[in-house]
Amino acid sequence: MFKIIKSFSKRILASLFRRKTNIKIGFYGPPNSGKTSLANRICKDWTGEEIGQVSKIPHETRHVQFKEKVEIKHKGKNLVFKLIDTPGIATKIDYEEFIKYGVKKNEAKKRAKEATQGIIESIQWLNDMDAVVIVLDASENPYSQVNITIIGNLVARKIPVLIAANKIDLKKADVKKIESTFPEYEVVGISAKEGLNFEEFYESLFRLSKKV
Amino acid sequence: MSLYSDYQKKFKMRNKKIKGLSLQVIPFSEIEYLSISERVKKILNLILGNKIVIIHGRLRAEEEVRLIEDTMALVDHVKNFKGIELAIIEPDIKNQGIFTKIRYGIAKKLIGDSSALTVIGPSSVVKEIKRDPKKIELLFG
Repeated sequence: MFKIIKSFSKRILASLFRRKTNIKIGFYGPPNSGKTSLANRICKDWTGEEIGQVSKIPHETRHVQFKEKVEIKHKGKNLVFKLIDTPGIATKIDYEEFIKYGVKKNEAKKRAKEATQGIIESIQWLNDMDAVVIVLDASENPYSQVNITIIGNLVARKIPVLIAANKIDLKKADVKKIESTFPEYEVVGISAKEGLNFEEFYESLFRLSKKV
Repeated sequence: MSLYSDYQKKFKMRNKKIKGLSLQVIPFSEIEYLSISERVKKILNLILGNKIVIIHGRLRAEEEVRLIEDTMALVDHVKNFKGIELAIIEPDIKNQGIFTKIRYGIAKKLIGDSSALTVIGPSSVVKEIKRDPKKIELLFG
């Protein structure tokens, strides 16, 4: 009897104080905010290979893609996580938008179909995340319902959030606007394309992982 | 007949009839006791009728994503339906005093979040909803 109680309390204490290892960090955001560019930079830096293709055409990522065991070593600290790059979430998909980028009609229709399924897939993966990096385009207005809906859902599910204000290399970028729109969350300005401010981003990522 | 072909038929019929702008206001009491699926279905049925839906209140976080999910399923199955524009406007209580926040919190618990307004329109009618915390601007296509 004593043995059973001892092993039970040991397990309870272990589960209380054990830090989760190999956590799942999802990259979410609207289309074309640079989720895959950011995921690529991290993966390239720490695993040597990229995760997916990037393009100027919205909805380039139409399936959830992930990299197991990305290990970041930064200032003596170590973080191992599963990186999950998700398709951009939107409330509308119009194949004609893709035609404007030079995509042929049939290909555009196929892309639109895959994009709708990608959005559903992204939403369904929300439940599996331990923490989420919301990637926003700092040169766009952050006050969109999709951004608010994603963040609202993560809060409701008690999933820790970090906001990466991407594309700070652009003249129009306004990190302060993102900070004032989401004052309750940590916001870090970066440029995934140019590799700007990644020291600070990794610091923020470590802080995010501690909240899990 | 599948569920989606039924939606497709309704969408086609209503699309022909609509000539002007059609608004439908839903009081919160009308959807208060509906399940998530029923609420989303009710909204999407109106949207497929090319109506702009104004709900007195706001959807819960999980209802908003369900609405997006179901919208995407419809875009995939209903010809010429391209999705929705969605915006929620609610009073800014962040800078209010503690008593106002408590009062607001109690009212929210008792009668639901009826101080907010949710605007949802088919993206073929509402091209864009520009919003900031205090106002909503609908741009028609």
